[in-house]
Amino acid sequence: MADHKEKDEITGIDTTGHDWDGIKELNNPLPRWWLWTLYATIVWAIAYTIAYPAWPLINSATGGVLGYSTRGEVADQIAAVDAQNAEVAQRLASADLSTLAPDDPAHRYGVAGGASVFLSHCSQCHGSGAAGAVGYPNLLDDDWLWGGTLEDIEYTVRHGIRNEADPDARWSQMPAFGELLEGEEIAATVEHVLTLSGKDHDAALAAQGAILFEEQCAACHGEAGEGMRDQGAPRLSDAIWLYGGDRDTLTKTITYSRFGVMPPWGPRLDEAEIKAVTLYLHQLGGGE
Amino acid sequence: MWDYVKLILLGLVALMAAIGSDWGYDLAYKVHAALIMFVAGGMFIWQLRQMGDVKPVVDRSGYMDGVIRAGVIATGFWGVVGFLVGVLIAFQLAFPVLNFDWGQPFTNFGRLRPLHTSAVIFAFGGNALIMSSFYIVQRTCGARLWGGNLAWFVFWGYQSFIVLAATGYLLGATQSKEYAEPEWYVDIWLTFVWVAFLAVYLGTIFRRREKHIYVANWFLLSFIITVAMLHIVNNLSIPVSLLGSKSVQVFSGVQDAMTQWWYGHNAVGFFLTAGFLGMMYYFVPKQAERPVYSYKLSIIHFWALIFLYIWAGPHHLHYTALPDWASTLGMVFSIILWMPSWGGMINGLMTLQGAWDKLRTDPIIRMMVISLAFYGMSTFEGPMMSIRAVNALSHYTDWTIGHVHSGALGWNGMITFGALYFLTPRLWGRKRMYSMAAIDWHFWLATIGIVLYAASMWVTGIMEGLMWREVDAQGFLVNSFADTVDAKFPMYVVRGLGGVLYLSGGLIMVWNMWMTIRGGARVAAPVGVPAE
Repeated sequence: MADHKEKDEITGIDTTGHDWDGIKELNNPLPRWWLWTLYATIVWAIAYTIAYPAWPLINSATGGVLGYSTRGEVADQIAAVDAQNAEVAQRLASADLSTLAPDDPAHRYGVAGGASVFLSHCSQCHGSGAAGAVGYPNLLDDDWLWGGTLEDIEYTVRHGIRNEADPDARWSQMPAFGELLEGEEIAATVEHVLTLSGKDHDAALAAQGAILFEEQCAACHGEAGEGMRDQGAPRLSDAIWLYGGDRDTLTKTITYSRFGVMPPWGPRLDEAEIKAVTLYLHQLGGGE
Repeated sequence: MWDYVKLILLGLVALMAAIGSDWGYDLAYKVHAALIMFVAGGMFIWQLRQMGDVKPVVDRSGYMDGVIRAGVIATGFWGVVGFLVGVLIAFQLAFPVLNFDWGQPFTNFGRLRPLHTSAVIFAFGGNALIMSSFYIVQRTCGARLWGGNLAWFVFWGYQSFIVLAATGYLLGATQSKEYAEPEWYVDIWLTFVWVAFLAVYLGTIFRRREKHIYVANWFLLSFIITVAMLHIVNNLSIPVSLLGSKSVQVFSGVQDAMTQWWYGHNAVGFFLTAGFLGMMYYFVPKQAERPVYSYKLSIIHFWALIFLYIWAGPHHLHYTALPDWASTLGMVFSIILWMPSWGGMINGLMTLQGAWDKLRTDPIIRMMVISLAFYGMSTFEGPMMSIRAVNALSHYTDWTIGHVHSGALGWNGMITFGALYFLTPRLWGRKRMYSMAAIDWHFWLATIGIVLYAASMWVTGIMEGLMWREVDAQGFLVNSFADTVDAKFPMYVVRGLGGVLYLSGGLIMVWNMWMTIRGGARVAAPVGVPAE
């Protein structure tokens, strides 16, 4: 490599005299704006680290002259909202839900808070609009499995359904009739169940199925399929189905049974949140 | 003598691997052991048949370009694979049915996502860096690669790392650290390969015939050394069993998180920035045929960049268990990093002083310029996103994904395409690429693809951040998480389309490379006839 400087013809700037595989370098100075911006960021950084927690010491770190902390910031924001809502929250906490008028500020506050609890914790299964999904009940209608009064809803929210975590969870278990009945018997029972909600069915089979239904199913689902809330046994005589009311789905349900579960929210939500989400669910349309 | 040692070693490896594939505890380990067994067994037989043959004499006088040719092909190949998986997972997010029930668990987004990130960063980007550093270090040092066939070991060792990592992800072996997913034995293997890479590189620099070391080599060397350090520290782990893929990290809790993002951020800093700046510092002045703008700027911004980058990692952990002081430091170092990062852009763009007219005539230069433009944009966006208040909005949203891709597709992708177009004709002794029009097509497809990608992710990311934090007058959350997912759907489709365009550009490039390598160059339409 020849170390000789030369003048670049186009820019009139000297090169550094280096040459690597034909690559040369101009001896341009640092762009001033670049350098001053770099200095400015450094000055800003020093100031910022004085203002905010920054430099590690031996057992702690500098706290910054502003006394800022990320946790403190969140705590302040929560405290501000709590202070703003203190009065109405207190009113809701001490209110008897069953006598709380819908135009009461505490009622409105509860519903708004309950909606938020629902979106965070319940919407994953029941849907953002509470319309449910296959296997997860619709909460907008009055077809309640375990009851739709404020008290019923609160109990379900607090203890959940068919879980091992809470001994007071709502509990019932439908047998898997595939182990108890023959295939033809299940087929006949299915035909009878179809009659209950007025669907197309095979009348002869359904007549056989009626006997089986009375023996095996009526104890929980009722003689006419009207359901039983103490057992969480769904009504079979309406058009609302949790898993589906067609022949195939019914056959599957009767053969293998179903075991829908819900976790207990008592340990996860505080009292105000349980109250709020109960109010919210109750006013969605089906509350009793 | 050496042949016998090789034979014994290969035989032993094949035997151990056979035992491992039988005794292994999990699928990934068994499959990997079987793979190693077949490769080692095949090499054993090959070696055995060669015993006693007279070795052909290798001409060691010129530059060692065979391994670079292999690297060019590997870069093109892995690029297309990585883009393809990227397009698939982009559409998986828009249409979950594309996770394919029949392919579970292998075709799940969760397994394909690291496959995509590793394929583009480590397979495409890594091969681009290794092959171009081998090319650059030889040319700028005026010396043949040091270590003889060690460079081939680096090449094949790196490809086998990629295969082990990728198949591991699909089979469920991961240590769940972003960009450091491969399990312990793959990490150990990569360490060997990387040390060999460093040896070849340093060895070549030591035997250089030039007095000074060119700036591209500073960047490439800092990339190799720092990645070695990051890789080793972040992958410190203890295998649960030598016969299984699972390992347990040495660090735990927030220390582990901090180590991970010290690694993760500097993977961006030293792999995707310093390494690719090394490429830029060679290919841009070569293609523009102009001197580098400022030697002083290259010195200052090099040292500032490598000093500052290493401290910026904590900005990935704002508002977490990380102490506030560390979070603040990560943020201020990221802000100071802004100008040192831009130093590379200025030096690259200003190198075109006196050659700007080439933008009209040379699509390769155009690719390099747009690459520098995206580099400048994402190295401004990065410091901005590291500001705590901005991060409160952007963190965990698609904005981050958009930011990464404007850097990766725009900067890393485009400069690599430029390098491939520069290297392919030179390495195979052709006058130029087969089709210049195809390069133009590639340029526009890729550029429009990036714009679609980045713009849709800005929109969806900021929307998502705003929806997450939206509260009503009483302070209650307004949206459920699923509401935000639902709202993002149209942008996810646009993003996927952007990916399709980018992939199409990549396919055109690979075709163009193939035709160039086969020989001949397409005759351009006569001057004066408008292009169709």
